[in-house]
Amino acid sequence: MTAATRKSESGYVAPVALQSRVAWFAVRKELGPRPRLALSVLSFALPLLLWCAVSYIPWLWHPMMEITDPGDVEYFRAGQLVERETFEREAQAVVEGAGKLPTGNPANPIYLPAPHQVAAAMYTAFTDPPQRRSEKWLHESLGSSIQVIFWGFVLSSLIGVPLGILCGTYDFFSRLWEPFVEFFRYLPAPAFGALAVAILGIHQAPKIAIVFIGTFFQQVLVVSNTTRKLDPALLEAAQTLGAQRLSLLFRVVIPGIVTDLYRDMRILLGWAWTYLIVAELIGTSSGITWFITQQARYKNFDNVFAAILIIGVIGITTDMVLAWLGRRIFPWQRGTASA
Amino acid sequence: MQHLNLPSYLEQSDDVRDRFARMKQRPVVLEVKNLSKEFESRGGSVTALHDINFKTRQREFICVIGPSGCGKSTLIRILAGLETPTAGEMLLDGRPVSGPGPDRGMVFQGYTLFPWRTVRQNVMFGLEVAGRSRAHAEEEARHWIDLVGLSKFEKAYPHQLSGGMKQRVAIARALANQPRILLMDEPFGALDAQTRARMQAYLMEIWQNIDITVLFITHDLDEAIYLADRIVVLKAHPGEISEVIEVPVPQPRQPDQFLSPEFLATKLRLEQLIHPPVADEEANDDALNMMRMVPKGSAVESVF
Repeated sequence: MTAATRKSESGYVAPVALQSRVAWFAVRKELGPRPRLALSVLSFALPLLLWCAVSYIPWLWHPMMEITDPGDVEYFRAGQLVERETFEREAQAVVEGAGKLPTGNPANPIYLPAPHQVAAAMYTAFTDPPQRRSEKWLHESLGSSIQVIFWGFVLSSLIGVPLGILCGTYDFFSRLWEPFVEFFRYLPAPAFGALAVAILGIHQAPKIAIVFIGTFFQQVLVVSNTTRKLDPALLEAAQTLGAQRLSLLFRVVIPGIVTDLYRDMRILLGWAWTYLIVAELIGTSSGITWFITQQARYKNFDNVFAAILIIGVIGITTDMVLAWLGRRIFPWQRGTASA
Repeated sequence: MQHLNLPSYLEQSDDVRDRFARMKQRPVVLEVKNLSKEFESRGGSVTALHDINFKTRQREFICVIGPSGCGKSTLIRILAGLETPTAGEMLLDGRPVSGPGPDRGMVFQGYTLFPWRTVRQNVMFGLEVAGRSRAHAEEEARHWIDLVGLSKFEKAYPHQLSGGMKQRVAIARALANQPRILLMDEPFGALDAQTRARMQAYLMEIWQNIDITVLFITHDLDEAIYLADRIVVLKAHPGEISEVIEVPVPQPRQPDQFLSPEFLATKLRLEQLIHPPVADEEANDDALNMMRMVPKGSAVESVF
């Protein structure tokens, strides 16, 4: 929304432009575009800074020692990680025995790689072939995961959205279906893992089924609630204009909720990712989960972090693309509240 | 007002009397017969409307006015078919109607434009539902939008319009269906005074040029007198008609008539009907519990 339209809508000029100082903590007042952007950048920069600090400032945390020279300690090896306490005890013992002191640098546990290591892993994951033959490329694992999500979510939406709209529109369907859906919603999707494998085999199908079960029941309820939130005055207006039954459903209810529905779908897609991780553990492990467990088993935690981060990046990118697309598809969406 | 030497509101000039006489020759568009509405509530049933009877003739402008809680909104919602009466019936052109339909257009206080449709698409809604061809609907819509002076905003979405413009779209949308009667439920209640005055003028102009009968709900006495041929005054608990007033102000109406003797006489009568002198006891119940909170000798000791 441009500044000009906002001004004309409310007849109110944002005080930010007039004041030299930004009121950062004004209750329920929107910040200007610049402070907003700055805070968005900070929102990512702060955790990254914290991670950098813990990784690169030697006296911050670093509970381990990475040995550079084992000295006279028998079981120390160069490059080995030992706990600082152990290192100091052994060093003390060596001093008492007048032997050669081991040397080492403070280090973090192996499960916390430094940002640059993860960045490198993220790059090499796409350039260097996997170390073991049984392993898959990161993008292959991701591809398989995305397939599971896609089919699970699409199948769920194909059935769940129409059911939700029917429940939200007609009390009949709401009473007929919602009690059961409400009950089923409490059954944890992973509990159906064994059953899904027994019925659907060990490959992608049971995983898709788990994502489906995890998404579907929430979806019906969320969509039916969204449908109920449609302003009843619009339905009344449509009726006085001659709309009846199906034309009410197709010309008022559905177009009236489609923007909220779209937003719901974006949120539900996020939930589907949560079920993915569980889904991929059943049957033959596959996809990004298998990649992560496999890499963790070999203590390649830089790869683990890289994979987790990529899931995050995929998630937020999809969401931003969908949000952008939404603004394109629904030009009336801006400022609907005032309509 | 009582100080002025006002004529009786029942006194009509020859022109006005003649016009009312001719109006009574016109065919009846809407007839309400013995209409009652009761709501069930915890404490038993509440009578919102009791035995309402009136007739509206073709191209007549009727205002319904009454204190809050008199059931005027319930009445118009029943006429629109959005609520069912407990007893009685309504006849449109002599035929009983029930349920909502395009023969009774409605304009709501809250605009109720479809936010996902442009101005033109909003006006096309009724025509599309009626199964008109797209080309025909578009042309009709353009005609009605032009009539309310919003041609420049055909492609705008409701959220881009001001309140007055939104209500003009809502009027165009209702009129595009060519209803027999236009029901308006406090349509200008949410507008500021200036916009409201302009909208009243627009509405008068539309009404003078189109074959449409208007039933208009308001709680604004001036608005009712300025717009109406006749005013149906309701009283509360239960909602009943206390009087149907033939407005003696000559047509066509002009803003300068607001201070004419006929206008003030009608207003005096409406004031008496709607705000009857309250008994002392009742007034005491509703009084503020006020005491002097400004110290003696303060800079402004009294506001007078």
